[in-house]
Amino acid sequence: MTSLLRALDIDTRLLGMVVALAIIWIGFQIMSGGLFLTARNLWNLSVQSASIAIMATGMVLIIVSRNIDLSVGSMLGFLGYTMAMVQAQWIPNALHLGFNQPYTWLIALAVGLVVGAAIGGFQGLIVAYGGVPSFIVTLGGFLIWRGLIFAYAQGQTIGPMDGNFALLGGGPSGSLGEVGSWVVGAVACAGIVFTVINNRRQRQTYGFPVRPIWALATVIAVSCAVVLGAVSVANSYLWPEALAHQYALAHNIPEPPGGLRIPVGIAYPVLILVGVALAMTFLATRRRFGRYVFAIGGNPEAADLGGINVRRTIMLTYALMGVLVAISAAVQTARLNSAVTNLGVQNELDVIAAAVIGGSSLSGGIGTIPGAVLGAVVMQSLRSGMVMLRVDSPTQDIVVGTVLVAAVGLDAFLRRRGK
Amino acid sequence: MSDRAKTAPLAELRDIRVSFGGVHAVDNVTVDLHAGEVVGLVGGNGAGKSTLMRALSGAHPPDAGEILIDGQPVVIANPRDAKSLGIETIYQTLALADNIDAPGNMFLGREVLTRDGSLDDAAMESATRNVMGRLNPHFKNFKTAVGWLSGGQRQSVAIARAIHFNARILIMDEPTAALGPAETEQVRRLIQQLKTEGIGIFLISHDIHDVFDLADRISVMLHGGLVGTVRKADVTTDEVLAMIIMGKLPSEVTQKELAQLH
Repeated sequence: MTSLLRALDIDTRLLGMVVALAIIWIGFQIMSGGLFLTARNLWNLSVQSASIAIMATGMVLIIVSRNIDLSVGSMLGFLGYTMAMVQAQWIPNALHLGFNQPYTWLIALAVGLVVGAAIGGFQGLIVAYGGVPSFIVTLGGFLIWRGLIFAYAQGQTIGPMDGNFALLGGGPSGSLGEVGSWVVGAVACAGIVFTVINNRRQRQTYGFPVRPIWALATVIAVSCAVVLGAVSVANSYLWPEALAHQYALAHNIPEPPGGLRIPVGIAYPVLILVGVALAMTFLATRRRFGRYVFAIGGNPEAADLGGINVRRTIMLTYALMGVLVAISAAVQTARLNSAVTNLGVQNELDVIAAAVIGGSSLSGGIGTIPGAVLGAVVMQSLRSGMVMLRVDSPTQDIVVGTVLVAAVGLDAFLRRRGK
Repeated sequence: MSDRAKTAPLAELRDIRVSFGGVHAVDNVTVDLHAGEVVGLVGGNGAGKSTLMRALSGAHPPDAGEILIDGQPVVIANPRDAKSLGIETIYQTLALADNIDAPGNMFLGREVLTRDGSLDDAAMESATRNVMGRLNPHFKNFKTAVGWLSGGQRQSVAIARAIHFNARILIMDEPTAALGPAETEQVRRLIQQLKTEGIGIFLISHDIHDVFDLADRISVMLHGGLVGTVRKADVTTDEVLAMIIMGKLPSEVTQKELAQLH
């Protein structure tokens, strides 16, 4: 078994998480009498996991470099409000440009990203150059950014969002549709094949040992099957009948008996997550920046003696976190079609839990982006499954808390035994 | 030796002082190193050997004094400055990131990049395999995080990192402390070989026999100060021991005192 895994070059920790996720899914499927593993529920699960997963990819790098960010939930609220103010107040009212201009959503998003990078970077500056522990700096940020929301709106809800901006939140119109989803799936498969083969060729040029062909084929086949399977699930979730009916009327399409069947496809937030996860994986494993983050987490003194600019690297991880929080803030405000004062409350805990369940070690140096994304899906699966079983909210918290501690405990145990 | 005296030394540390909160860990120490020479730096715990060398490697710049390379005064403010002058260091702690593999550690801070600016892991692994083939042919774990390797293998990685980048000056801080007899012998052979290639080596050790086997000259430190520098050919191990323990030069020490050392 271990030699098989080695031949396939599979991360056993990641495999363990996939197995755990499968057990959770099958368990809920049985307990809910077949309601959990439906296209509709899985589609919802993917959208609900996306915003936490996007932030968890950044939290991995912060945790790997032996720091923490407790401010992401409050920062998300603040950035959500900032973007909401830009599109619902400043552009239409203060600048008298009116609502729903074609550029509105871009400006709102750009302002969110820039402000996110700035305030994330500012917190990082204090951590890296000010010598204040990250726990304290971001605990301060946790209070400050939440408090500043009231400077914008005195506790009022801001909405509705710009029409284009609202698409970022998903929903039937905020999705790729049938053809678009298949195209994305096909591109993804081509990408997998190219990456695997390219990697092998590169190792061959140097005469390094490579994986056997059958292992290569298995990796490609399984990965592509997962991708295309996910696309197929997203495409079997259909527009709600009423919406499809309206659409048919508006576009003069004759309705077949039983109504028009319009596949929803992959939701934009999920597409954004996939893009973010790929970019972050590339950054973490293929770029110097990522290597430095891991080196700092593994041995800060060695990183320093190696000539790495430790402080600048730490500051950049926080700026990057700010950008990712802004993306998640856009997804969440778009999904709610408004900014509300409790936007992002407790998100910091979900994000940290996702990263940690996904294998990031708070003692630094260890963590992966795909693991964190899986961690977010595990968390969301637990919550969504319990909602389906009508478990009350306090009990949900107890279960999630228990799972978090148990998962990390098990991981620590296996690590000790493996050593 | 005589013709060396005419040319400037490869490295010269003049009147170096390093203080930690008012305590002089290194006080007015002057040492030098010529090409193809091994200078042993010995002394008891806390004598200031490592601190002196940290001044040269850029890990802890001196508070006072001058560093000259090829007779030219230089400023070494950080490890990067030192490396650009051809000064490489093998630290006693090895300074490895335990969660990263051997090629990653070897090129830490000096990564080989592809044309688009990504890490060229294949090129780095290839270079590491080459160096290791020379240094430790048994080394096979190029994809394993170095934290999982044995002490000897970790030491190999640290040494490989120091010699790969064409060092002119090598600082070795207790390079054999974590090694078994066979691996120690390997390091000794390596030092001999590097010498013939014209590299100057500062060898820190508290094993007097190690130093006697390998060094051309021996500088002895005590309580942060320099007791003196002697040519190995001119002294006995007992005389060096007297320098380490009593801080007395061979000319100052009596036969009776030497006898008491045993």
